Parts: sequence; C-alpha cells; structure tokens
Amino acid sequence: MINRLRAWLDKLNGVVPTQEDEQDFSSELESHLQLHTDDNLRAGMSPQDARRNAILKLGGIEHIKQAHREVRTFPLVETTIQDIRYALRQLRRSPGFTITAVLMLALGIGASIAIFAFVDAALIKPLPYADPTRLADVAERGVAFPRSNLSYQDFRDWQKMNKVFSSLEAYTGGGYLLATPSGVEPVPAARVSDGFFRALGIKPILGRDFFSGEDQPNAPATAILTFGSWQSRFGGRKEIIGQTINLSGTPTTIIGVLPEDFQFAPRGSAEFWTTLHVLTNCEKRRSCHNLFAIGRLKDGVSLETAQTEMAAIAKQLEIQYPGSNRDQGAHIASLPELIVGTIRPILLVLLAGACLLLVIACVNVASLLLVRSESRRREFAVRGALGASPTRLVRQFVTEGLVLVTGGTVTGVAVGYLTMRLLLGLISKDALSSMPYLNHLSLNPHVVLFTAIIALLAALIFSFTPLLRLPTAAMREALNDGDRGSAGTLWRRLGARLVILELTIAVVLLVGAGLLGKSFYRLLHVDLAFEPSNLSTLYISIPTNSYKKDEDLIVVTRKIIERTSTLPGVTSVAATSVLPVSGNGNTDWIRVVGHPFHGEHNEVNERDVSVDYFKTIQARLLRGRVFNEQEDRTRPRVAVINKAFADKYFPGEDPIGKKYGGGDLSPDSIKEVIGIVDNIRESSLDGEIWPAEYKAYNQDSDTFFALVVRTSGNDKALLPSLNNAVHQVDPGIGTTDPQTMQQRINGSQTAYLHRSAAWLVGGFAALALFLGVIGLYGVIAYSVSQRTREIGVRMALGAQRVTVYQLILREAGVLTAIGITAGIFCALGASTLLRGLLFQIRTWDISTLAFVAIVLGAAALIASYIPAHRAASINPVEALRAE
Amino acid sequence: MPYSYGKTIGAHMGDKTDVWQGTLALMVLKTLECMGPLHGYGIARRIEQTSGDLLALNYGTLYPALLRLEQEGAIASEWGLSDNNRRAKFYSLTRDGRRLLHKEARSWEQTTAILARFLAPSEEA
Repeated sequence: MINRLRAWLDKLNGVVPTQEDEQDFSSELESHLQLHTDDNLRAGMSPQDARRNAILKLGGIEHIKQAHREVRTFPLVETTIQDIRYALRQLRRSPGFTITAVLMLALGIGASIAIFAFVDAALIKPLPYADPTRLADVAERGVAFPRSNLSYQDFRDWQKMNKVFSSLEAYTGGGYLLATPSGVEPVPAARVSDGFFRALGIKPILGRDFFSGEDQPNAPATAILTFGSWQSRFGGRKEIIGQTINLSGTPTTIIGVLPEDFQFAPRGSAEFWTTLHVLTNCEKRRSCHNLFAIGRLKDGVSLETAQTEMAAIAKQLEIQYPGSNRDQGAHIASLPELIVGTIRPILLVLLAGACLLLVIACVNVASLLLVRSESRRREFAVRGALGASPTRLVRQFVTEGLVLVTGGTVTGVAVGYLTMRLLLGLISKDALSSMPYLNHLSLNPHVVLFTAIIALLAALIFSFTPLLRLPTAAMREALNDGDRGSAGTLWRRLGARLVILELTIAVVLLVGAGLLGKSFYRLLHVDLAFEPSNLSTLYISIPTNSYKKDEDLIVVTRKIIERTSTLPGVTSVAATSVLPVSGNGNTDWIRVVGHPFHGEHNEVNERDVSVDYFKTIQARLLRGRVFNEQEDRTRPRVAVINKAFADKYFPGEDPIGKKYGGGDLSPDSIKEVIGIVDNIRESSLDGEIWPAEYKAYNQDSDTFFALVVRTSGNDKALLPSLNNAVHQVDPGIGTTDPQTMQQRINGSQTAYLHRSAAWLVGGFAALALFLGVIGLYGVIAYSVSQRTREIGVRMALGAQRVTVYQLILREAGVLTAIGITAGIFCALGASTLLRGLLFQIRTWDISTLAFVAIVLGAAALIASYIPAHRAASINPVEALRAE
Repeated sequence: MPYSYGKTIGAHMGDKTDVWQGTLALMVLKTLECMGPLHGYGIARRIEQTSGDLLALNYGTLYPALLRLEQEGAIASEWGLSDNNRRAKFYSLTRDGRRLLHKEARSWEQTTAILARFLAPSEEA
C-alpha cells in the first residue's frame, strides 16, 4: 500500500512536466545508445551500422519517451493542463469577450452569493439553541392583538398548570442606568424567569446560569452579561464574575457571561440579563400584560396540542378571574417563525431576483460563446483534420467553459463578499438588533456549497452550449469557407430564443422593481398626520432613586423642557411616553361612561404627552383644546383622543366633554375628553391606525420618556447639544439613542426591509435590462454581419436605406415585442408572490407595467438602431465583392 | 488484499502484455540481485542472454518498467561511469526491492508449479 502511495505521490509531483525530467531521460537514452554502439563496434560492425542497429533495437525513441512520460505523470491531468493553457491563450487573444463574460458571470454569481448568505444566516442556519424547532413562542391572544403580552400572574399559573411544555419561561425588556466613564447611560436589558437560558439550551461560557428560585422576590439581584457587553464594558476581564455593579441604584452581582454567538431577536439589544425577582407595578396586577414567554415542547407534543391545552387553561383562568381575563386566550406559535418570519418573504423574493439575474448573465455569456463557436468552426475543423479526436475537441470546449466559470466564480465571490458587507452596513443599528442572526454573516460552508452548485450549473451550461453547435460530422464542410448560410440561420434561431428569454426575465425583474419601488415610495409618503422634518428626538431615563415622587418627576421633566427650549434654533419642546411611528402597543382598555358594556376589551394606544406635544410635532387639532400646564394630579383627569377613537367609540356623537375610564370605571381612571386630534401615525409605516388616547404627562408621569424637539435649524446638528442640555439639568439623568425623527422613520425595520427590497430588486432589474439589451444587440449585430451579402444584393437591386432599416428594426421589434408580452404575463404571475411586500399598490399596477414596457422598448430600439444603421450604410459593391 | 505485482503494472496495459510486464519487472529485479548495480542497457542485454536469446525485446520498453519500479521504491538510480568510461545511469536493488523480489519469485514459482500440474500428463488416467 505504502509503495503505491509513494508512486502516486511521485506522479503527482510530476504532473507539471519539468524540463529536467525530460532531459534526464534523453541523456539516459543517449547513454544507452552509446553503450550499445560501443558493443556493436567491438563486435565488428561499421560505425554507421553500429549506431543504426542500436537505434533499431531500442525502438521508436519518441514512442518510448511518451510511454516514459505517461508513467511519470497522470496522462489525463497532463493533457488537461495542456487544454487549460490553450484555453487561457484563446481567452487572452480575445480580451473583450473574456472580460465581458467574466464580469457578467461575476455580477450574477456575486449577487446570488450575497443574497444567499443572508438567506442562509436568517433561514437556513438553525438558531443557536438546543433543538430550536421544539421551542414555542407563548403569548396571550387579545381581541385586538392575535399575539399580545402575557400577564405575570397568568404566566405563573400557566407555568404550574400546563402539561405540554417541559419548561415555560418568561422574558420582558427592561433598561438600567449604568454609571460609565462618559456619564450615566441607560443600558438595554432583559428580565427573565430563572430557567430561561436552560429552556433555550444556552450555558454561560463563564460563571453560572441563574439558579432555580433566583427569580423569587427574596433572591439577591444578579445579572448575566452578553459577550459583547462583557468585552466592551468590562474589557473581557474574567474577574468580573462575582463583582457587584450598580444598576439603576441597585447593587447587582454579575454571575455569568453568555456565549459569543448567543442571540435572542425579540430582545436583541439587551446587554444585561436579570431575573424577574422584583415585580413591577404592572406585574403585580393580573390585568397588566408586559411579558412574553418561550416554551420547550415535551417530546411528542405538537404546537397544535400545546395551543389546545393552553387555550383550555386560559379559558379556566377566564372563568376564575372574569374581571381581568375576559377574552384573553392563548397564542402558541413556533419561536423560530417569530424570529425570522417577517424577513422570509423579502429574502425569498431577493433570492429569486438574484437567481433570475444569474440566469440572464449565463444566457448572455452562453450566447457570446455561441457566436464564438460559430467563428471558430474552421479552427476546429482544421484541428480535427490534423488528427485531434472528437472527444479531445469537445474537452477543449468544456475546458474553456470551465476556465470562464472559474474566473467568473472567483471574481463573483469577491463581488458577493463586498455586496454582503455593503448591505450589512446599510442596516441601521436598531434594525440589526432585531435581526441579530445577521451578525454572523460570512462566507461559511453553506455559502461555499451554494457557490459550488451554481458554478457547476453554469459550467454545465457553458460546456454544453457550444457542443450543440459542434456537429463533428459536418466538420469537413466547415473547411469550405462558403458554408455560412445554414449554420448562421441555426444560430440566429437559437440566439433569438435566448434573447426572448433574457428580455422576459428583464421585464419580470423590472416590474418587480417598479412595484417594490412604488410601494416603498408610498410607504415613505404615507400620511403621518404630523411633520417629521426638523424634529430631533432623544430618550430620557430619570433615575428613580433621586426622583422618588411623581411631583419630582414632573418638576425635572419641566426643567429639561425649559432648558432645551433655550437652545438656539429650538422653537418648541415636548415629552411623550412613546414616539410616533414606533408601532401600535402600550395599550389601555377603556369603557365609555354611559355606553353599554359587557366586559369586552376595548384596546386603544395609550400615550402620555406633555402640554406642547401636538404643537411640537405639528399634529392637527380637529376639535376642542389641548392640555394646559395647570392640569396636574390635583385636577380632574383629561384626555385628547384621535379621530379613530372618536369614530369607533363615539359614532354619531360629539365626544368633547364625554367621559371614559377603565373596564371597572374606577374613579381614578375616569377621564374627560377635551380634544380630538388627527390620526397621528403611532403604528409602523405599514401598520393600521388604531384608536389612541393622549393623556396629560402632568397627570401620569413616567421615568422613561422621549424628548421631541422642533427646531428651525438643522435637526441632526442639534442632537449633541440636546444631550448636553439634559445633562446640565442633572448629570445623573440617562440619555440614549439621539436621532432625528426622519432618521427614526428611515431606519425603522419596516422602512429598511422595504427600502432594501426596492433597491436590490431595482439594482437587479437595471442590470437585467442592461444585459438583456446587450444580448439583443448581440443577436441583431450578428444577424446583420451574417446578412451583409443579402443586404448588399437587396441594395444592388434597388432597396432603399429606409427599407434596410425597417428590415433590421422589424427583426429586433418582433423579438422585443414577444419578450415584453411574455414578460408581462410572467410578471403578473410572479408579482402575486410579492403581494405580501407591497404597500398600497395592486400587483397589476397598469402604470408600472406600461412604464416597464416603454423603458424596455426604448432601450431595445436604441440597441438595435446601431446595427440597423450599420446595415443601412453597407456599400453594396463592397459587400458583394467581399464574399 | 494480497500484493500482486503484475496487476499494478498492467493497470493501463492490455491483457497480453499484462503477464509480460509483470515478468519483465521480476526479471529486472532478479538481474539486479545477481549482477549488482547495472545500467539500463546492461540489464536489457543480461535479460536477453539469460533467456538464451529466446526473448527478443525492444530495449526501449525496459525504461518505463524501470521508472515504475523506481517510483515504487524497489530500485534506486544514480548516474555513474561504465566499464569503458561512459556516463550511464545505474540502477540498484533497494531493501524493499529485495523483499519484493523474494515475494514475487515465490508467488511466481507457485503459479508455475500449479500450472505445471495442470499441464502435466495425467497419471491416474
């Protein structure tokens, strides 16, 4: 065995034939002849005969050398290397063709690789949890929200009563104020029940997990760090375990560090993970919902079974607690689906787009190869006549295809990698924190495998395309230069079909891009009912330790507003508990006094806003008035409602002066409606408008709110001074995430997803249009070159130049018309796939279709005008003489 | 799998030369064992003489066989001077080669012995 291996290695070593080996053997043969000749001379032969006899006895020298060479190397490899060298020489000889082909392939392959890397990171690679498919997203089902937060009290009951989950653990967002060298900083955190990480199957890489019972009220405060936070905030020091840090005034012991690849998209930005051991006011009430939960399904339990069981438990609790749990069902879904569900349709559309682009690129290169194989028929005929075997000729073609694909793939991987980095860089930090799985985007084995597969497919296409055109039997005829007509027609037919395919794909991509672009435009121009430009925003977190009472909070908030109002350019400042366009949620259940009520949950968005809020964001007051500074806790409660609220709960009535409150109409919940504002967009850009109530901040203050500042100057330039102004009031106040309103809107996940879809498909479409038109140009130009003689004859017989133009343009026009028609039909089919991504636009948007047809038609006309012009300028005398 | 010398060498060859190639390698090894280091021409002459000139061999066919043996480590080569002061490449048997020779010779003897029994006139008719 060893011997054979050694021989094989020797051969491998000899694959690249060296001059040395050749010379060594030549001199060995020469010495052999010398020795033999000497012997022959001694035997009495004449010098001439002696040499002749030695040569004869040795056998054919070249033959022996070849046999020797074959032992020395692998013959197949050796000839392949010859083929590759020949192919490289051929490709170098026509650099225009080579560069075009490699670039087109690189574009197609690069786009596909980049998109596939996203698809892989989001959809293929399993989430980094133990057995992620057995994890369920557990939530309550409200009337307005199919998936709504879970109440803490309900969660504990669900935990005790269920028999379908081996573990059921809750999580919720949170934030702490952390003293850092650059001042107090609010740090995003998550609060979880004790077994959360065990349910996910995550073990800290350092320190320990939460003990069972560590989420109970008497447990000490402990925190687990994410890897990133450990590195950036604590320099990755191992001694941090066991140390106590101050989180919003509470001494908290750091007990562990999570693995580097840990991610939990629903709380993607959380840096500190603590337990639910101190209950918030909300968590003490069964009617208040602020958690979500994850559950690990027991073996053999399906999501449906879990849904049925949890719904039954919810029903039981509804009977037990009719006040708080009316209509509160259960919502059980797959956790991976929750995490990657929103991005899936977009990624699949993009992947389809990239693949179509790749097809166009391949078709284009294939038709270039066809044209080349046409012009090389003579070369191959000559090589065949000189004794090259048909298989060897075929191998030569295949090798050329492979060399092209290799070049295209290598360049494509580079293009793909750059595109990936570029796309990732375009994602806003907020959007990225909700898609943490994209952080580990790389050229991993999946992507490499994908690349290998598309490269292989491309190689197959390119190897076989010219073979169609290489009728080995007809080779001898090809030697006669006159043989052009039949082959030319054949190619023209095949080429024409390929061009129709390209144009069809281009139309599909253009229509897709048009629809996505238009819906993105509509999305960005959706009616916000407030003015987002020149608005600077900043989140403020007031330390509860320094401002314990509500009065203190109101005073400090007022101070912040006053201080920031004096900044140059600032015209108006306000505070709100939730910024507009951040999504429906933070809701209240209401009941109108004097209206029939059966305990239903009338869910409305709840916002606490300061006096100047509507003025600052420039929302239109439709009726009544807004709050004034005097309306504080000592005065009767008042509220401003939006139009949707008025329409839904006061149909046909004037709401001004009417009262509403919580489900139980407890005295402190009763509010009087004093004004109606326009439907300010609280939802995400593509979300629904819900009824909303705006309560006076002075009557319902909070430690965490957003500052909204209207400026006459540059809203972006104001952000740093805004931050400073707040810290001038009290350096202990945490500020976070300074952004302009416009930045927030543009950086929101909805906008990002729509924007990237529109731009990417738009880019693919532009490339597809370009490639398709080039393909058309190629076919027409080739057709003109083949018909030079025919056109010459026609012109000699009296055809006008106009007729020649018509002749060529008609040929192009027919191809384009077929391409556009087929494309529009395919696009109508394909765009139904887009339906989920479209916003306020139908899939058969006539103006988009018409626009695409016009653009493509115009581009095609230009592309075919050039060869038509060339045809019309043919000098009949020269054309006829040339043949 | 038992080592079979003929098969290795015959891998690219037709059926007829198969045995021939195998035996040629064996002859080369035996020659080198008897004669010590020897150049290609010497080996060829020696094989011809030993066979009593029954084998008419194209000397050239010897060289690929020599290269193969060398690749497998059975022989080693070195440039040197012949008796009449000609530069020539000398081949010599290595330890591996000696072992191989004994093994192959034994298996060849066995094969011929078996064949001899088949071909011998039957005794108990």
